Amino acid sequence: MRQWLTRHAQNCVASVGRLVAHPGGTLLTVAVIGVSLALPAGLNILVRNGEALAGGWESVRDFSVYLQPGAELANAQALVNELENVVDIQSVELVTADAALKELRDSGGFAGVLDGLEKNPLPHTLVVRPKAEVPAANLERLAAELGKRDIVDQVRLDTDWVARLNALLDLTRRGIWLAAGLLVGAVVVIVGNTIRLDIENQRAEIEVAKLLGATDAFVRRPFLYAGFWYGLVGGLFALAVVAGGLALLGGPVARLSMLYGGSFRLVGLDGTSSLAVVGGGLLAGLAGAWVAVARHLAAIQPKV
Amino acid sequence: MIRFDNVTKRYAGGRDGLSEVNLEVEAGELVFLTGHSGAGKTTLLKLIALIERPTRGQVLVDGRNIGRLPARAIPKHRRSLGMVFQDHKLLPERTVFENVSLPLIIAGMPRREIARRVRAALDQVGLLGRESAKPESLSTGEQQRVGIARAVVSRPGLLIADEPTGNLDPALSLEIMTVFKRLNQVGVTMLIATHDLALLDLVGGRRVVLADGRVSGGSG
Repeated sequence: MRQWLTRHAQNCVASVGRLVAHPGGTLLTVAVIGVSLALPAGLNILVRNGEALAGGWESVRDFSVYLQPGAELANAQALVNELENVVDIQSVELVTADAALKELRDSGGFAGVLDGLEKNPLPHTLVVRPKAEVPAANLERLAAELGKRDIVDQVRLDTDWVARLNALLDLTRRGIWLAAGLLVGAVVVIVGNTIRLDIENQRAEIEVAKLLGATDAFVRRPFLYAGFWYGLVGGLFALAVVAGGLALLGGPVARLSMLYGGSFRLVGLDGTSSLAVVGGGLLAGLAGAWVAVARHLAAIQPKV
Repeated sequence: MIRFDNVTKRYAGGRDGLSEVNLEVEAGELVFLTGHSGAGKTTLLKLIALIERPTRGQVLVDGRNIGRLPARAIPKHRRSLGMVFQDHKLLPERTVFENVSLPLIIAGMPRREIARRVRAALDQVGLLGRESAKPESLSTGEQQRVGIARAVVSRPGLLIADEPTGNLDPALSLEIMTVFKRLNQVGVTMLIATHDLALLDLVGGRRVVLADGRVSGGSG
């Protein structure tokens, strides 16, 4: 067991040595892997920021409940009290007919028209703000329920917009998985091809080793370690690319947000995603090496 | 140690490398395989190293019918014997030390033990002190001695050599043969293929003559 561990440790270190011995080629391979992995990671960040931004437009989910014209203020107040106790609802604001009329008059332009009216044509209105985590389906059910009440004339729920944004984010998320799958596949192919060339370059050594009684595992091991390192370093390179991109965009985004009066800040990769990038690279590297080794190593048999 | 029972090796294409060869080599013997090129010397050695498998008959090494060994048992079999090649098959990028240590690394020996054994093997062939040289900086005779050191470093009971002096001038050839004789004296069984009959007259030892894939004569 100790011997086995020692041999692995030696192989592990030796494979690093071999990669460092050809810095140009190694760097190129690592860069290609890094960029391939940085792409889905970057898209992931885009979606996460989209989500954060969408979260900032919470008020879009507010909906208005128009009561029947002539509904009693006391009844309206009773409905407010009732709705405030509903689990999904965060707050309810009552806009009385008088207040609404005043607001309309203050907003200007209608003063003459409004003065001509005998009585206030506006109904009492409730502005309902649901809790942030409530799904759109619940809101629609709530709205439909309210709409059936005698005192309620009409409910205006503007969830279409939210639904569309969410659908868009869902689509993007799925697209990212697809892109990630393809690009990880690309990493497998890149590493596989690099290892294939390594095997080709070391054909003489492999032949001699087999002649001297090396097992397939012995011959295979350094190449698998090379794949492991390519993937690992490539993954770290991808994280560096993403971090660099964020650093470049962070300032302008903050300024843009400030100009719009917001305080939006770019969100980076969280721990799990970073781990997924590095882990994905590592596994893809190993897989590529394995494919190359399985396909090409057996074909090398010593000739005397 | 080695026994061939009616061994025939037919290559794809119908050419017979060996036909119904019977041969026995006792432990501790030094046997020279002679004959013209194409007589089957290399084929015979390839069968022992399991680079080829017999078409018919049995090849026994240490009482085991190696023709029947599964592919995964081949590495272990090859580790049990030493091989010397005409073109020595050293790795040009590696130092003498690294080349000689390769069989021990393959066998998974601890590093310190490797260093000790490699020096001992290089000492046996008179190349101690050239450990860090690259093979191409050595003369052909020295390169072949490195090849021999690599073949004996894991202390195999059996050593096979295919034309080990094929690229060497007579003086160097004799030097190599002297190394073989010395190794034989410490108990290594040897089967050496060569067509250099003049050399054998100087060295002595049992001979097996091959012609057209058959044993056509020999001594002892």
